[in-house]
Amino acid sequence: MQQATRLSDDATLVRVADLHKQFRRGAETLDVLNGLTLDIPRGEFLALMGPSGSGKTTLLNLLGGIDRPTSGSIHIGGQRIDTLSDSALARWRSRHVGFVFQLYHLLPVLNAEKNVELPLLLTGLGRKERMTRVHAALELVGLSDRAKHKPAELSGGQEQRVGIARAIVTDPDLLLCDEPTGDLDRKSGDQILDLLQAMNREQGKTVIMVTHDPHAAARASRIQHMNKGVLADASEA
Amino acid sequence: MKFLGLLWANLRRRKTRLIVTLLSILVAFFLYTYLSAVKTAFTSGLDIAGADRLVTIHKVSLIQLLPVSYAQRIANVEGVEQVVHATWFGGYYQDPRNQLGVFPTTEAYFDIYPEIGISDEHMQAWRRDRTGVLVGMASMNRFGWKVGDKLPITTSIWGNKNGSDTWEFTIAGTYDAAKEGVDTTAIIFHYDYFNEARAFGQDMVGWYILRIDNPDRAEEISKEIDALFANSPYETKTSPEKAFMQGFMSQIGNIGAIFIAVVGVVFFTLLLVAGNTMAQSVRERTPEIAVLKALGFSNPRIVTMLLAESLLLAVLGGGAGLGLAWWMVTAGGDPTGGYLPAFFVASGDLVAGIAMILFLGLAAGLLPAWQAARLNTVEAFRKVV
Repeated sequence: MQQATRLSDDATLVRVADLHKQFRRGAETLDVLNGLTLDIPRGEFLALMGPSGSGKTTLLNLLGGIDRPTSGSIHIGGQRIDTLSDSALARWRSRHVGFVFQLYHLLPVLNAEKNVELPLLLTGLGRKERMTRVHAALELVGLSDRAKHKPAELSGGQEQRVGIARAIVTDPDLLLCDEPTGDLDRKSGDQILDLLQAMNREQGKTVIMVTHDPHAAARASRIQHMNKGVLADASEA
Repeated sequence: MKFLGLLWANLRRRKTRLIVTLLSILVAFFLYTYLSAVKTAFTSGLDIAGADRLVTIHKVSLIQLLPVSYAQRIANVEGVEQVVHATWFGGYYQDPRNQLGVFPTTEAYFDIYPEIGISDEHMQAWRRDRTGVLVGMASMNRFGWKVGDKLPITTSIWGNKNGSDTWEFTIAGTYDAAKEGVDTTAIIFHYDYFNEARAFGQDMVGWYILRIDNPDRAEEISKEIDALFANSPYETKTSPEKAFMQGFMSQIGNIGAIFIAVVGVVFFTLLLVAGNTMAQSVRERTPEIAVLKALGFSNPRIVTMLLAESLLLAVLGGGAGLGLAWWMVTAGGDPTGGYLPAFFVASGDLVAGIAMILFLGLAAGLLPAWQAARLNTVEAFRKVV
C-alpha cells in the first residue's frame, strides 16, 4: 500500500517536549500531564503502562491529534501538530494516524468491508482502488472471508481485527492502540498482539500501545511507565 | 456520491422509525400538493384575470340586471376597446346536483377571452345554429356528450315563453383552454335566442366585460363608466376583473388563507417530527461520530453529512408525497367529477413544494449537525468507556 504524503524520514518519529495537559472538573483543575518529554524512534513498538489516571490515554489522544495540549509541543515526522487548525489536524489524522480502540468502535450499520473503507472515503481514490486496498487490509488481518459481515455477526477478536484493518488501510506511519486487547479473552488478545507485532516488524509501522496488561506489554520493543502525568522509568523488552 | 452508502446505512439503522418518519413527511406533502390543486381550482380565475379587462355590474349586487343598451354607452367611453355582456343562467343537467355554469352571451365573448381556445369549424357551426351551445371540454368529458347531442338544461331562474324551465339546446361545438387554469366547465349560448325565448327580463343582462387599451387607466375608466349611470335606476359598479373575481371568491371563503393555515400547521408539526428523528438519530450515535472525527472526518464534513442525511430523508418522503399527489391530480382528475373549473397542480406550487422539502431537510438537520460539530471527541469516548 502506497501513501501520497510521507512524513519526514527522521529516525525519531514522535518528539514530545514539556507537555502539559489540564482538565477542568467544575471549579477544580486537574493536571493530567506535567511537563512530559518523550522521543519515539520510527519503527518502534512502545507500550505505555501505568495506573489509571496516570495520563496514558491522554498522551495517546494528544499524539493522535484528537485532543490539544495545554502547553508544550508535539512533533510527528518533523511536523508540529499541536498548532494546526482543526481542519488541518483532521486532514493530518486521516493521512498519518491509525487508531485501534479497546471497544473496536466499528459502525454497526456497515459491514466489515465498508467499515474498513471509511478512512479511504477521505482520499481522492476511486471505488476500485479503494476496494483493492480494503481487501488487502482485510487479507492482512485474516478476515477476507468476513468482508460482508456486520460487526454484530463477528466475534470480539474479529471485530478488533477489522478495527486494525481500518487503522492500517491508509498506510499510516503511526498506529495508536488504546487497550486493544482489554476487551478480549487471552487467545483473541494474543492474536491481536501477533497482528500488531507483525505490523511493526513486517510493515515497519510505529506502534504505541496503552495497556494495563503486562502480558500484552511484553510484546512491545519498549515499555514506558507513566505515573502522575510524567514518565516513571523505561525498560527495554 | 461516495458517502451516499454511509448516509443510507445511517438512515436505515432504525427501520420502523425511518418508515414512520417517511410516512409522516409523505402524508404532509401529499396534503400540501393536493390542497394546492384545490386552491388553484378556487382561484384559477384570479390567475388568468386580465389586467386589461374590467367588469361592470349593478351597483347593488351581481344578481341585479343591467339594460343591454348600456353596451353602446360603455363602448363610447374613451379607452374602452371592446364590450361584451353575459348573464347567469343557473342551469343544471337532468339532476339539480349536476349544476353547470351556463351563460348567454355573444360571439365577442371569445374575442375578449383569447385564452379560450375554439376552432373556426365549431365557431361557424355555433353561428349557424340559433339554439346551439358551445360546451367546455371538462363538461363534455364529465357527461360523455358528443357534438350534435340534444342538451336539455333546466334553470331555476329563467322560465321560457313555453312555460317550461327546461331549455332545449344542441351541442354545436366545444371549446378548450388555450392556457392552463381556464375554466372549461361552462356552457355558452346565444344571447339573442335567450332574449327572445325568456319569459321575462327582456333586454336585460347580468354584467359587462370590457377590454381597455391601457391597464394603467383602469381606475379612471371605471369611474367614468360608473359616472355615466349615476342616479339612474341601474347604477353600476366597475372594477378590474381580478378584483371582481376576488369579491366573488370571498363569498365562498378565503380559500388561500385556509390553505396557508392548514399547510402552516402541518409543516410546523412536520418540522418537529423530522427534527426529533434527526436529533435522536445523532444522539444515539455519538460514539460513532467521535470515531469518524478520530479517523479524520473534519467538522464541516460531519455537518455536511448530517445535513445531507436529513435532506435525503425529506427528499424521499416529501418527493414521494408530492409525486403521489401530482399523479393523483393529473391522472385522477377533479375529485368532484367536474364541479371544479380547473383542477391541477400549478407549477408555482410545485416549485414551492420542492423548496419546502429542501427547507425542511436543512432545518431539521441543522441543530443535530451543529451539536455533532461541537462534540468533543475525547469526551465522547470517555462516556462510552
